[in-house]
Amino acid sequence: MNEQRAIQAASSTGNYGQLPFRFMRLDTGQVLVTSEAGDFHVLDPSTFAAFARREPLADGNTLRGLEAKHLLYKTSPETAVRLLATKLRTRKSFLRGGPSLHIFVVTLGCDHGCHYCQVSRRLHSAGRYDMSLETAAAAVDRLFDSPSPHLTVEFQGGEPLLAFPVIRRIVELIQARNVQECRQIVFSITSTLHHLTDEILEFMRIHDFQVSTSLDGPADLHDANRPLPGGSAHELTVQGLQRARQALGDESVSALTTLTRRSLERPKEIVDQYVRLGFRSIFLRPLSPYGFANKSERRLGYAVEDYLRFYKTALSHILEINRSGYLIEEAYAKILLSSILTPFPTPYVDLRSPVGSGFGTLVYNYDGGVYASDEGRMLKEVGNDTLRLGSVTDDFQTLMRSPAMELLAASGLAETLPGCSDCAFVPYCGPDPAGSLSRHGDPVGHRAESEHCQRHMGLFRILFNHLAEGDPATLGIFEDWVHGVPSVAKAA
Amino acid sequence: MALPLHTRGTVAGHGASALYKVLSLAEALRQDFPLPRAMIDLRELDGVDLSALVAIGAGAILDKDGSLASPLPTLHSLTMPAVVAPGDVVRVHPSGQVNVLYRRGANANTLFATERCNSQCLMCSQPPREEDDSWRIGEMIDLLQLIDRDLPVLGITGGEPCLLGDGLVEILRTAKQYLPNTVLHVLTNGRLFADRAFVRSFDQSAGQVVWAVPVYADNATDHDYVVQADGAFNETVNGLHNLAERDHRIEIRCVLHRQTVHRLQELVEFLYWNLPFAEHVALMGLEPMGYARSNRDKLWIDPIEYADTLSQAAAYLWRRGITVSIYNIPLCLLPDQARPFARQSISDWKNVFVPECQSCTLREACCGFFRSAGDGWRSKGIQAIESKAIA
Repeated sequence: MNEQRAIQAASSTGNYGQLPFRFMRLDTGQVLVTSEAGDFHVLDPSTFAAFARREPLADGNTLRGLEAKHLLYKTSPETAVRLLATKLRTRKSFLRGGPSLHIFVVTLGCDHGCHYCQVSRRLHSAGRYDMSLETAAAAVDRLFDSPSPHLTVEFQGGEPLLAFPVIRRIVELIQARNVQECRQIVFSITSTLHHLTDEILEFMRIHDFQVSTSLDGPADLHDANRPLPGGSAHELTVQGLQRARQALGDESVSALTTLTRRSLERPKEIVDQYVRLGFRSIFLRPLSPYGFANKSERRLGYAVEDYLRFYKTALSHILEINRSGYLIEEAYAKILLSSILTPFPTPYVDLRSPVGSGFGTLVYNYDGGVYASDEGRMLKEVGNDTLRLGSVTDDFQTLMRSPAMELLAASGLAETLPGCSDCAFVPYCGPDPAGSLSRHGDPVGHRAESEHCQRHMGLFRILFNHLAEGDPATLGIFEDWVHGVPSVAKAA
Repeated sequence: MALPLHTRGTVAGHGASALYKVLSLAEALRQDFPLPRAMIDLRELDGVDLSALVAIGAGAILDKDGSLASPLPTLHSLTMPAVVAPGDVVRVHPSGQVNVLYRRGANANTLFATERCNSQCLMCSQPPREEDDSWRIGEMIDLLQLIDRDLPVLGITGGEPCLLGDGLVEILRTAKQYLPNTVLHVLTNGRLFADRAFVRSFDQSAGQVVWAVPVYADNATDHDYVVQADGAFNETVNGLHNLAERDHRIEIRCVLHRQTVHRLQELVEFLYWNLPFAEHVALMGLEPMGYARSNRDKLWIDPIEYADTLSQAAAYLWRRGITVSIYNIPLCLLPDQARPFARQSISDWKNVFVPECQSCTLREACCGFFRSAGDGWRSKGIQAIESKAIA
């Protein structure tokens, strides 16, 4: 039995080569190191200093960890480079199918008078701002021009239910065409739910709609954000919510929070209202700096630091609620953590590199304009048509080769952008050409002044601080958010 | 209770070593298998016209005591008659040695591909021998034609089966022809799959074969030490990616011992990030055979010491949608939440239970112990479980 070759358990911690890495100091004092493909390792400062200088590492386990995360190699880099390349290809595989999120803006009409509204609102007047049936039919053709096997069809407005006949026509056209096409199609709608009828609910049930509504928190806050002539928007939304849940099931109905300056004072109350209404998910996204939101910013807007302070408090509160037994996820954290904690591509089009605009999303406006993203058409509403690809009657090739798409291609890859290319968070992040265009007039912009950059840097920091602290209960909750709550162990 | 795979008998009329499918007369007459390859089991049947058997071309007969005056090659007077039953495939040597190469109804049937290996794993239960045993290729190709067509899974092991090169390609091609509905579970270290051309020669088997490949660590240093071969980790990992690129099915295995459990959590994280295409991960207790016995001091760790780590590692994979199994660790040594992952993994003929098991309520669901595990391999945690506490 002693014919075995005597290969000793190696203890050498000296010879190694570095693979490409990025780093960032965390609030814990530790240093986050990320690989080209998004593997990460947290080091104490002195170990990081040794690693950065390629000096011997005192601890064999640290060396092994960095090797396994493809941050260094021992003998030759080929295998590590191959695995990094495969992981990068996997992470970016959302590119393969082309645009998969198709937004149909079926009307600009709306009966609300929200101060922060992201789109130029029009009074609900006789369908003048509704999508015509010809435009709808052409948009459906463009939808099927996209090679993606998975298509999400999202209806937006205005208040899209004010143009329900257009929605019905579009869904019928899509379903008829899909008998041949056999794509996997999900329908979704963003609505106040104030205009639900039994007919609409039955239609949504048959076509398996995912419904998203707006809920800003407690009634007084919601109603202050969303003035509704002659009524309480909050009360109507809660009623609509209950009807929608009854007809479609709890899982099919979700809500988005619009955070105004007023909201930032009340993180716990907002979260508690979601819990009270039985939600299992809350999405704490800040006000989007487009459309009307831009002009009223001074009154409603707030600095990124204020939002991050709010977010940190709200997240801690949400974690506390989860620890006490009520399971509710914070959707923004879930999205970012899914990028951090899995090697798979993000389904979230707003934080991709190359940018989700155009490459992941197409928007068909009520007037037949095709845009690279929701923000693109909002820019057009304030007179900037840089992100207008063309018209629904143009063919797909023309739209995808438009100057707007060229601009996005040139400015939409975070790994090549100044300020992003050396950021430790870049594997999980994505650029914001539309925001840069709107604020700075050019699609690349300047990170130090970018709300998008500061916000996401701040969010990544908060999450990585939690990951580095390693509290088992918190990590367990994060794991539930990313991978779903395990049902009764069924291992076979 | 466990039936051995060999016995002896008296042979008459056998010139050389030969393979036979043992069949009842009724089944032989259905001609699912070629009659010249059939050994008709006449041990329980009187008054058969032997000249008729000759006339239909039957290959041989199995007789109880040699009282039949048979014109056909005959095997009789088995030392352990129960070892051979209808449906089995046996190799009969002129000396009277009888080996069961396939046993109908066994919980595991395995082809032994070769004794040769290009690794020398510290815990190898079947230490390799460097000798030309390429004769096994022909025998396996013969054997495959005599195996029941409805067999769900057939194992292929060694040694390192890939060392057969084109011989393995030929074996798998034969299996596809005769056993198209059988999953072939091939235990290989995967190192030779670092060669893309070699991987392409298995294209026709993609989907039918599950390549079960051990990865012992998240880093080359530890893995290469366990398998006692420099460069093995890189070859195996490249090999696995080459297989995945050609749409092959993959299982990852890890044997648990003192040299592998200390980075088990890191290992499963590495698997999830770098080999997420694996359809199954098997985390396996040590079989105290072969090199494992001589390396006991390097390898032994009481499973109750790593049971919690193992439980967490299994749950980690399961949460991420990867099917995970725990092999060879009795249920009494596992925490409740890990028990659903445990399988009855020990082949019938190697399997025993200990006195504590008699009053254990989980015995029916437990893998028990390897027959080869003596006192030096006994966990402090072995106990009868009182209540049925399977989660």
